[in-house]
Amino acid sequence: MIETLLTPLHYDYMLKAIFVSAVIGGVCAFLSCFITLKGWSLMGDALSHSVVPGVAVAYYAGWPFAAGAFVTGLLAAVGMGFVKAKTRLREDAVIGVVFTAFFAFGLLLISLYPSQVDLRSIVFGNILGISNPDIVQVLIISGGTLVVLGFKWRDLLLFCFDPNQARALGLNTTALHFTLLTLLSATAVAALQTVGACLVVAMLVTPGATAYLLTDRFGKMIGIATSMGVGTSIVGAYASYFFDGSTGGCIVTLQSALFVAALVFAPKHGLIAQRTRRRAAGLAEELPG
Amino acid sequence: MSDAPQAKAAPGEMSVRVSAVTVSYPNGNVALRDASFALAGGSICALVGVNGSGKSTLFKAIMGLLKPVAGTVTIAGRPVKVALKQNLVAYVPQAEEVDWSFPVSVWDVVLMGRYGYMNFMRTPRAEDRRIAEESLRRVGMLEFRERQIGELSGGQRKRVFLARALAQRGRVILLDEPFTGVDVNTETAIIALLRELRNDGHIILVSTHNLGSVPEFCDHVVLVNRTVLAAGPIGEVFTEANLLRTFGGVLRHFRFDESTVQSHDGRAVTLLTDDERPLVFGKGGHVEYSKRAEHAEILKKRAEGEEDV
Repeated sequence: MIETLLTPLHYDYMLKAIFVSAVIGGVCAFLSCFITLKGWSLMGDALSHSVVPGVAVAYYAGWPFAAGAFVTGLLAAVGMGFVKAKTRLREDAVIGVVFTAFFAFGLLLISLYPSQVDLRSIVFGNILGISNPDIVQVLIISGGTLVVLGFKWRDLLLFCFDPNQARALGLNTTALHFTLLTLLSATAVAALQTVGACLVVAMLVTPGATAYLLTDRFGKMIGIATSMGVGTSIVGAYASYFFDGSTGGCIVTLQSALFVAALVFAPKHGLIAQRTRRRAAGLAEELPG
Repeated sequence: MSDAPQAKAAPGEMSVRVSAVTVSYPNGNVALRDASFALAGGSICALVGVNGSGKSTLFKAIMGLLKPVAGTVTIAGRPVKVALKQNLVAYVPQAEEVDWSFPVSVWDVVLMGRYGYMNFMRTPRAEDRRIAEESLRRVGMLEFRERQIGELSGGQRKRVFLARALAQRGRVILLDEPFTGVDVNTETAIIALLRELRNDGHIILVSTHNLGSVPEFCDHVVLVNRTVLAAGPIGEVFTEANLLRTFGGVLRHFRFDESTVQSHDGRAVTLLTDDERPLVFGKGGHVEYSKRAEHAEILKKRAEGEEDV
């Protein structure tokens, strides 16, 4: 029994996969707190799809995949900002148009030169086959993101909470905006490796959203989200060995399960707690006052 | 930014100067045209106008959130950007602008007022904590410091953001609709606090559509309708004729001289409104105050203050 449970850990590729997933899961979860509070979940989804053409071009050209991905991610972000500022279209329409344009172009590129890049590994992730140079890139991105968040989380928190106050304090909100956008693109690229373009947004939203249901304190929210990101990534990557299923699928399914649990059982903002409170309020009203 | 000599004014001499400011939006809509007014330290000024009059645009221009296409805004003789860096401008947002479910406590919010004094990482020092604590005590919210902001009443919420402005030590404080959704006690407390700040030489700028409260606690008024129609001391500017010009035909009138009041008792009249203070004009269009004694006191103090200058 024990022998069976330890089998995955005998394989180098499994150990690598578990380690890299944990790092990415943790970093994405940390960032997800800001993304959920800022209301940028859709933006995360958009950016994670927009990096695909960049990844494709980077592979053909022999660049680090992160560089290419990063360029198209930011191009998409700037494009969305531009179209939104210059037209009467609403933000959701702009995001929808721009990110599908990038994603479609990426798919087209990959289908034209199928030998160099594997479409499946970009769209669905391929953490079990991650190469050492790719691991290095992921670690650099994660480290950079953690450093920026570690130094600037209070500014970013204020930017999410009350951008006008940030301006009134003389903070450079444009710079903060682009910092958050850059971190989002960078982590989307890193997460692409683990869960693939389709599921990146889950890593960048679900932990933060779950933690938000569980606490009213930002510090705790970060703690809960990050542990959840690391925990689900380790368990998901490990479990995928036994199911012989998609690693990304395993991780995100686990995260979603935790989200549902929080949705129902959260002590204050959960469905049960809300119901109990409403009942109590109703009873209090029925009492002769 | 070429007028360097002006930039040397000491922060003690506070002033807000809006000169010929025009603001237009990317869609070409001119929200405010050629607006000018000036305020000196030690005044509470109301910014009055209907929704869409450019009132909030003017507010945003003073806060540096919008860049005028023409004209200038200076604070203590400095361009807005410089004034902001020096923490001269504090801001109390409208209740609707704040996400009350955001996971921050009262204490977190007040400390945000100190960011401009903190280091690169915004680690609060003992001094920042002391000032934040003192600010919370001043608005009577110290015992609520650990509460999440959504767990407060409307009046308490407003006090917390006022405490943030105090903690920031801003010399120009902008308040957007400070009395909306606020109980009467808090309103009185806020007004008392604003008067203290005025006496310390601050400039308080209040954007409001609550006309009745304006003569009760402001000493200056700026009337806005796509431009600054009139600006100056309440006594001169806050007149029936000017208000009619500002509001066009949109104010609801209750004319005592045409009403049944005249046929009963010309003097003993009770006026009730649900939320906002009523604005009452007497004969000849001068403003009536709700407390005669208090008003006399204010006028006396104001007269004394002017003699000092």
